[in-house]
Amino acid sequence: MPESQNLMKELNFDPSQGLQFGMYTLGDHLPNPADGSRVSAGERIREFVAYATAAEEAGFDFFSVGESHQEYFASQAHAVILGAIAQATSSIRVGSTSTILSTSDPVRVFENFATIDHLSGGRAELVAGRASRVGLFELLGYDLRDYEELFEEKFDLLLQIARKESLTWNGQYRAPLTDAAVIPRPAQETFPIWRAVGGAPTSAIKAGLAGVPMVMAHLGGTTSVFKTTIDAYREGARHAGYDPATLPIATAGFLYTAPSSQDALKELYPHVNEGMRRVNGQGMPKQLFAQSVDPRSIVNIGSPQEIIEKILHQHEVFGHQRFLGQIDFGGIPFDRVMKQIETIGSEIIPAVKKYTAQPAADSDGTSAPAEPTSGDGETAGTKSEELV
Amino acid sequence: MRIVVLSGSNVGTKTRTVMEYVTQAVMSFDPDVEVTLIDLAEADMVFSDGRNFTEYSGDTGRITRTLMDADAIIIGTPIFQASIPATLKNVFDLLPTSAFRDKVVGMVATAGSPKHFLIPAQQLTPILTYMKAQVVQPYVFVEEKDLHRNQIVSSDITQRLDRLVEDTVVLTRTYTAIREEREAAYGF
Repeated sequence: MPESQNLMKELNFDPSQGLQFGMYTLGDHLPNPADGSRVSAGERIREFVAYATAAEEAGFDFFSVGESHQEYFASQAHAVILGAIAQATSSIRVGSTSTILSTSDPVRVFENFATIDHLSGGRAELVAGRASRVGLFELLGYDLRDYEELFEEKFDLLLQIARKESLTWNGQYRAPLTDAAVIPRPAQETFPIWRAVGGAPTSAIKAGLAGVPMVMAHLGGTTSVFKTTIDAYREGARHAGYDPATLPIATAGFLYTAPSSQDALKELYPHVNEGMRRVNGQGMPKQLFAQSVDPRSIVNIGSPQEIIEKILHQHEVFGHQRFLGQIDFGGIPFDRVMKQIETIGSEIIPAVKKYTAQPAADSDGTSAPAEPTSGDGETAGTKSEELV
Repeated sequence: MRIVVLSGSNVGTKTRTVMEYVTQAVMSFDPDVEVTLIDLAEADMVFSDGRNFTEYSGDTGRITRTLMDADAIIIGTPIFQASIPATLKNVFDLLPTSAFRDKVVGMVATAGSPKHFLIPAQQLTPILTYMKAQVVQPYVFVEEKDLHRNQIVSSDITQRLDRLVEDTVVLTRTYTAIREEREAAYGF
């Protein structure tokens, strides 16, 4: 039987505060397709810190940096960057999206993030992932054939380290631990560890079975398709004896706003297309990208009003607790990203929070609904009409 | 326009012989087309291990990139055990699922007898369409009797191959023009 806990409460997800809003960067270091220019790696790394402080100022709840070891990335040492961000900020939560656990030692990962937790005064979080770009396996000396098992074993060890002051452990991919006390212990009583999940349900089921909060990334597609993954996660949790209402869910994807959706498409497309071509080998088809401004698309691109409506719709369908926007992909110039952060903070975040906030829960928190209830007669459309 | 002619066999010379003719036919049809002949028998390919095609090195990296950069591909396959050879299937496994999006792909099969005439339609076409190719519908089926000492000796076959080349080039131009017109209409 899983130990009884309520991560929703322990990680301070308060339904009366509405949907949490975050910004994440993959840590990409790509040229601006407009003129082919690219800032230095040093400048790019300092941009991450500047975006975090700007996001804090603009009212974002969370800022995170990804780990990647390949060409066109500058976030290899993402924990070091998060240390700098912890120091530069004072209230925003800071985390990784994602830490590639498969190619690291969970003991050292935990040490790093417990340290960031102390530097930030208890604001650190860790999202563990399996890597979508797998070049780092060769670089760091791992066999790609162990892709699944490396992650599962190390993630399990990481969770045990987080839960136990000292542990004895035996596994295939790391030396055994005997009464090992992994220190420092984090500042937070419950240190937040999430599992990164791509769009497909398989990995979501694993997160649910482990009773671990999930960050679901999405590149594109319709919101309803991703509901299958959310359902699979909750079903997995239920199957393993966890109450899905106690498990937070975050979603993560592109976020870009402009006065009109056509402007947003025009401004963002070259960055996404060229960036994806460099990073994944194939660009984004215009046909597919054009569909991302559809209200049913999960991609949050459009005017501030359109984005608010989309996020409210997604919240109604998913009942998730946090949305993470990727705002700086593909060599968007620094000033434009800063402007995005400002507009999102002033126009989008307050409305999203206002319309997703639920009445305060009972003092014991048991009545806080985590899943959307059907038949309340209120749709995203009626909610957003009040904003016009 | 970039066309890659891919000879998909590690065994024997029949497919190579036919694909050499196809390469020459592309050049004579339109000298402005940039044509590259890849013979898998001459390449040191690794088996797909699941990584992105951009992350392979050596011949594997070079060949996957060349295919991804092509506007059209003409694939030559022998028939082995009532199917395509593993060498060719491995190339598909090395590429992303939408690798042939916005590409026209033509097919040529070589075989010892006419018994397996439908193999390209039944086994190669589903792979190509899954990978989003615009497949040139008529394909050319070359039998052993059409070849003699590394030469095509059937003018029926050379004419069929000429028509396949023409269809591939014309369809590539057509689809490109349609796509460009559509993309311009999006206004971004």
